[in-house]
Amino acid sequence: MSNSGYAHPDALVNTEWVAQHLNDPAVRIVESNEDPLLYASGHIPGAIQIDWVTDLNDQIRRDYLDRKSFENLMSKHGISNNTKVVFYGDKNNWWACYAFWVFQLFGHTNAAIMNGGRLKWVEEQRPLTKEVPHYPASTYHAQERSDYKIRAFRDQVLGHVNGQLPLIDVRSPGEFKGELTHMPDYPQEGALRAGHIPGAKSIPWSKAVQPDGTFKLPDDLKALYEQDNGFAPSQNIITYCRIGERSAHTWFVLTYLLGYPTVRNYDGSWTEWGNSVGVPIEK
Amino acid sequence: MADISEYPEALRDVMEMFEDIDEHGRAEILLDYSSRFQEVPSYIAQRPFPEDHRVQRCESEAYVFTEPNAGGGINFYFAVENPQGVSAKALAAILQESLMGEKAETIKAIPHDIVFRLFGKRISMGKGEGLLGMVALLKYFADLTQKEQKSE
Repeated sequence: MSNSGYAHPDALVNTEWVAQHLNDPAVRIVESNEDPLLYASGHIPGAIQIDWVTDLNDQIRRDYLDRKSFENLMSKHGISNNTKVVFYGDKNNWWACYAFWVFQLFGHTNAAIMNGGRLKWVEEQRPLTKEVPHYPASTYHAQERSDYKIRAFRDQVLGHVNGQLPLIDVRSPGEFKGELTHMPDYPQEGALRAGHIPGAKSIPWSKAVQPDGTFKLPDDLKALYEQDNGFAPSQNIITYCRIGERSAHTWFVLTYLLGYPTVRNYDGSWTEWGNSVGVPIEK
Repeated sequence: MADISEYPEALRDVMEMFEDIDEHGRAEILLDYSSRFQEVPSYIAQRPFPEDHRVQRCESEAYVFTEPNAGGGINFYFAVENPQGVSAKALAAILQESLMGEKAETIKAIPHDIVFRLFGKRISMGKGEGLLGMVALLKYFADLTQKEQKSE
């Protein structure tokens, strides 16, 4: 399938493109998953794994790694500033988009998502291996992490609420409505309160993908966000979910497939908002 | 963390395998269990599986089913609809191979930290919640089945 019609077609590659670049030294394939066992069960030959918990997060503060740690991570995997990094993973590329988003905080713009993710590669019966590759260490110079353009913090979200600016809640309708299960001894979603941020519109992330896991075509995405829900590229939009991974998926769609210039991902998301004292909540 | 001795006896051997294990060894064992996962038999449940048997917030779309057995114990089964849900399948296989047919009290006594012992303390919150949800729903249905047994 051609990527024509998407705002930034270079940010999306298909499985065949990846198959043709398995041995390309200018390309590094990166698997990022929700399920930490998947990579060990078999992965695209030559792909390295970047885990959002252990690799991308600071291990003390709730925050991302800093510039030095990012440089070390890139060096460890032989990624240079010019390497094209292609992300793929499970769950329709949630964590792939999340990792892509973190890479953008450090300005690694030569990056793409493999359309359809891990499942599409597997269903096409393309090769998998358990062999973990090792690449010679690289030299990598990262910019200081720049949060202001694509990342939103709680107080900024509160300002968005007060200013009646657009928010997109990409969780499931049940999570948006704040429906709770009453089963005893049952884990909730890690938040003391349920519901959504006032004024947020519910557009589950899954509406942006086709049954085969690939992203919807440009006209269908425009219909979803613009005709059906009234959003426009000129708006200052914040996306959120529970911990920021599903909303990174929608952030990618709006920013790279539709070309919206001002979209931020609120990675604190519901686990922060639903536990914060005194913030407004709607059900 | 619960002491190993607090685990049901039938689970202790497998829990001991995960003591002081490195991440590579952990993955190997879990993937081995995952490969042995057996889905709920069709005489117990068929697609579409009932929503009230679904583990809420489990990204692997897991379902839990129980039935009483002739010995007064509980047989239990899982379905995992996500083909990539290897962790959910591994947990299901471990529980089944260890505790199938045990008394409800034994199943209900599974310590809360089983997921962290099996999958490691650095498992993500969402993943941990989904897997804990499988254990919690198994306990819930074991309790329900036990009550039904007693009322008959």
